[in-house]
Amino acid sequence: MTNLPGLEYVIEVTYLIATALFILSLKWLSSPTTARRGVFAGELGMLLAIAGTLLHQGIVEYKWIVIALVLGTIIGVPLGEVAMTAVPQRTALSHAFGALCVTLVGTAEFYLRTPDVPRFMMGVLSLEVILGSLTFTGSLMAAGKLQEVLPQRPITYKGQNIVNLGLLGVAIVVAGMLVAHPEKTQLFPLIVGIPLLFGVMMIIPIGGADMPTVISLLNSYAGLSAAAMGFVLDSKLLIIAGALDGASGLILSVNMSKAMNRSFTNVLFGAFGQEQAAAAGKQETRPVRSATPEEAAAILAAANKVVIVPGYGMAVAQAQHKVRELYDALTKRGVDVKFGIHPVAGRMPGHMNVLLAEADIPYDKLLDMDEINGDFPQTDVALVIGANDVTNPAARTDASSPIYGMPILDVDKARTVMVIKRSMAAGFAGIDNPLYYLDKTLMLFGDAKSVVGSIVRELGGGHE
Amino acid sequence: MKLDLLTSLYVFMLAAFIGFEVIRRVSPLLHTPLMSLTNALDAIAVVGAILLAGEYHAHRAMLAKILGTIAIVAATSNIVGGFLITDRMLKMFKASAPKKP
Repeated sequence: MTNLPGLEYVIEVTYLIATALFILSLKWLSSPTTARRGVFAGELGMLLAIAGTLLHQGIVEYKWIVIALVLGTIIGVPLGEVAMTAVPQRTALSHAFGALCVTLVGTAEFYLRTPDVPRFMMGVLSLEVILGSLTFTGSLMAAGKLQEVLPQRPITYKGQNIVNLGLLGVAIVVAGMLVAHPEKTQLFPLIVGIPLLFGVMMIIPIGGADMPTVISLLNSYAGLSAAAMGFVLDSKLLIIAGALDGASGLILSVNMSKAMNRSFTNVLFGAFGQEQAAAAGKQETRPVRSATPEEAAAILAAANKVVIVPGYGMAVAQAQHKVRELYDALTKRGVDVKFGIHPVAGRMPGHMNVLLAEADIPYDKLLDMDEINGDFPQTDVALVIGANDVTNPAARTDASSPIYGMPILDVDKARTVMVIKRSMAAGFAGIDNPLYYLDKTLMLFGDAKSVVGSIVRELGGGHE
Repeated sequence: MKLDLLTSLYVFMLAAFIGFEVIRRVSPLLHTPLMSLTNALDAIAVVGAILLAGEYHAHRAMLAKILGTIAIVAATSNIVGGFLITDRMLKMFKASAPKKP
């Protein structure tokens, strides 16, 4: 690196500019008004970096590179055009691809360099390969669960955490042996194979509602493994991009774990599998008040302020476009409609926002939990669509509840609460929701899409 | 060599701090696009894969070529798909139309 010939300078400069563009890209993403500029900056940076790399004099053969770039594009385009409801599994799949790339490069680098691998280098290389392989299978499993090709139900067994941590421990010990003796190539397959297995085992106990945390965590792992690859290849650009991605995933994981009231260590060690919330026994026998869409429409039409709280149930029922019609119908009558969105609503961070934005609901109406919670006491109607645990007041009041302490949307403080729900079945955490037994709560049983549709029809009918 | 590694560690540390500060400011509204965008940026690993597949290797050249080529395919699909879907999502985020008189 000391005597750079001219071309090398050019390449290094493209990397430098690309790095700046990547940071700007994330900076511009902070607000919806500049976000698209951020994507453009990212694309430009990526293009520069790839062009710069192709200039390398060391490259003796372009044939396979070109074929691979074309093939990657052919696979990438459909992955960029999936339906918005499929974004969580698409994201998981792309984490898997990123991790696959890092693992393959790490593996090849090891076999090219052994037996003269300096200790530190072997350490980072092991980190790269271990994180890469566990992220690869872990993300594939997550994608499979989200796409429902794998059972979504968490599968748990006794001693699961011990088995998992044991596996990871063995991989780390083998990595340590390789650091001491990098010429023992027969050990290398173990630090690929064991984490591959660990990735599968790690996701087996994960249920759907834990997905936002898991996807964020896998995102972070993918970033860190790429940063480790940057150390191995001595590429500052890669170190920075990996660090940015790792930081992003880490911030999101912390957000998600806070929003589910789980300690971060609990998340970090992948032990977020359900501690089977032994559904506090006692069957509820209290009566609930149910209402028809006609009654709901009448109450909504008379309201001044309505807050809609969407959850995964809305996504499952594909009800977001009907919700948009409801928003239109109410807004036309002068009702102030906002949306209250819990950080873990849906299957990945920000999932609800994307679905509602797709349905053309203006983003300034989509409010975060902290922004909306102060509004509930002045709200006439809180309409909960397919959300459960994130509205459970037991989290605030009942110290014996498994979700006690979890931050929730205070819908119970609104004057009237309406809950659209398929049945009285308990939510993901298997806990009964006292919200449903309040005097001010009206239950609207049925599929979210058809119930919202009927309310809209009532409102439209009353209007014309 | 040793100094290079130390420089790399500095770079990593500074980038992590910048990452935390910049990403903390991203509104929760955009957390899904954030994830798909960082995912696309992360696929800069393609740079390492290109060198692996294209450079001359005295031994194990076949292994390097095969693994490198697959790695390029994986990373490129993330780049293309990641930027495409991020832009598609961001296009959908619209502010309220100004109130008509």
